[in-house]
Amino acid sequence: MKKIFYNSLIIGLAAVALTGARAEEIDITHTGIFGQKPIPVALSGFTGEARSVLEFDLYVQGFSLVSPDAAQYLINGSEVGNVAGSVTDKFARKMILSRSYNGAGLRRQAHMFADEIVQAIQNKKGIGQTKIAFKAQPGGIGAGEIYVADFDGNGAQAVTTDRAIVAKPAWVPGRLALYYTSYARGNPDIFYHNLSNGQRKPVAGYSGLNDGAAVSPDGSRVAMTLSKSGSANIWVGNADGSNLKRLTTGVQDSSPCWSPDGQWICFGTEINGRRRLAKVSANGGAVQPLNTAGVSNPTEPDWSPDGKWIAFTRQAGDFDICVVPADGSLPPTVLVSGQNPSWSPNSRTLVFNHAVGYRQVLSVLDVFTKQYKDCVRATGSNSQPAWAK
Amino acid sequence: MKMNQIIFPLVLALAATLAATGCKKGPIKPTPLPGSRAAQVGNDGSAGTLPLGGTVGGSDTSAGNGPGGGPLANRDDFDGPQDRAALAAYTVLFAFDSAVVKKGEQSKISAVAAALASNASDKLIIEGNCDERGTEEYNRALGERRALALREALSKAGVSPDRIRTISYGKDKPADPSHTEAAWSKNRRGDFILVHPKTGA
Repeated sequence: MKKIFYNSLIIGLAAVALTGARAEEIDITHTGIFGQKPIPVALSGFTGEARSVLEFDLYVQGFSLVSPDAAQYLINGSEVGNVAGSVTDKFARKMILSRSYNGAGLRRQAHMFADEIVQAIQNKKGIGQTKIAFKAQPGGIGAGEIYVADFDGNGAQAVTTDRAIVAKPAWVPGRLALYYTSYARGNPDIFYHNLSNGQRKPVAGYSGLNDGAAVSPDGSRVAMTLSKSGSANIWVGNADGSNLKRLTTGVQDSSPCWSPDGQWICFGTEINGRRRLAKVSANGGAVQPLNTAGVSNPTEPDWSPDGKWIAFTRQAGDFDICVVPADGSLPPTVLVSGQNPSWSPNSRTLVFNHAVGYRQVLSVLDVFTKQYKDCVRATGSNSQPAWAK
Repeated sequence: MKMNQIIFPLVLALAATLAATGCKKGPIKPTPLPGSRAAQVGNDGSAGTLPLGGTVGGSDTSAGNGPGGGPLANRDDFDGPQDRAALAAYTVLFAFDSAVVKKGEQSKISAVAAALASNASDKLIIEGNCDERGTEEYNRALGERRALALREALSKAGVSPDRIRTISYGKDKPADPSHTEAAWSKNRRGDFILVHPKTGA
């Protein structure tokens, strides 16, 4: 077992760098950026699983797969034995990347190659080797389990076995640990679950609602929706649930998330009879409404790790994924149908869920091209994804 | 051992991912998830159950409370036998996306208050539920707000809030699982469950 582990770690070291040239950088921060055209690439030589991994990873990171004639970049390689491949910039007429890999299995090698393509062409850290947590309900509603999987849904593993209603997993940044809500004790309670040793402990088990845990970027504090005082409001406490402080007193507060600097908590609320998003200092203070002009019923905000964007769900009949600049400088943009968005570590991609029939499936969305693809489905209905950061 | 074999690659992959993506704490040694269910859900040694214990500690450092009759009662006092049938006729229905107890539902509140008045040692669990049209987390909060609104209405009708416990199921416990307007109107509801004293108590 140890040997396999070390092999998987040295994969990065084994990758051979032939050239390090970088294509022009793509600036995704300026305005009017949604609906950006994907970067056309042609993929040749790869077959089967390696090809499907590369196609998925590239598509959901803003590339379109086209014929060699229409491509700006030619990606050629093979997965026979191990994954090896190169990227040629057709316009610059030069090879910008050539890599080979060993260890860790075919999928992992293909994800790593995709990550290096993203780095070489977009100058972004790729998402190919990241993880998500989510809830899966075999019957579509009611009892379910919390799962962890690759970001594309592959290799899903249940981390709970309670056969209870569960909700809203949240990663501890940089750790193999989750917070989530479970009704295992007959009430919606928040638990901390260490995935390394399997131990878990209750963090909030008060009377009424204990839900919506969100962990601060440094892992030291957790924001939650609690109704222990007699109304459902946003509270913040230490990571173990101690030293609780109530931050809000609204009539309709839920879904806290943190700003990446740990200073703010954004949440869904009601102001003057209208559902809004708002933020409040994590240390307490005045509630400040966000610019959500033009969208009805915004909920479930998630603040991008680079601090620039807040993704959320709007409800206007059906659900839509929206993003708004965190500084309120622009009104929100509606992206695609769906709910429960969660940002990737590189602040370019969202994982969310959307309805297919009466079940929910997870999907990965390239925010700035609006391209998305569904993840591999775990049992039943899959929802409330959280991207590990 | 079989469970370990399934779970180990997951932990390994997670550990490798964190190591490869520059985790601040440095590489985490892969430790297998325990294979037994008991070990996975808690360290109390019981099979498949979480330690019940009491509610978690921590003090309310905030000033003031929201609407609805003050802090909630200790839920550990509600572990007597449950009677779901006794008050089933008085399930209160709500309008779409609303936690306001409608005037037309007031007679049900009076009936529940009367039942509690004539059974002074009984307590009450209020289950708040939603139709399927809201988002999950919003609905979980909405279900709680419905239960709390019913608690407040009962409080006004003379029932001590100490005798009431609320629980929200969001949209996870529909009365009618079909996807029609008729089903939705039945699912936007608060159910009343009578809790009798524990035998011998």
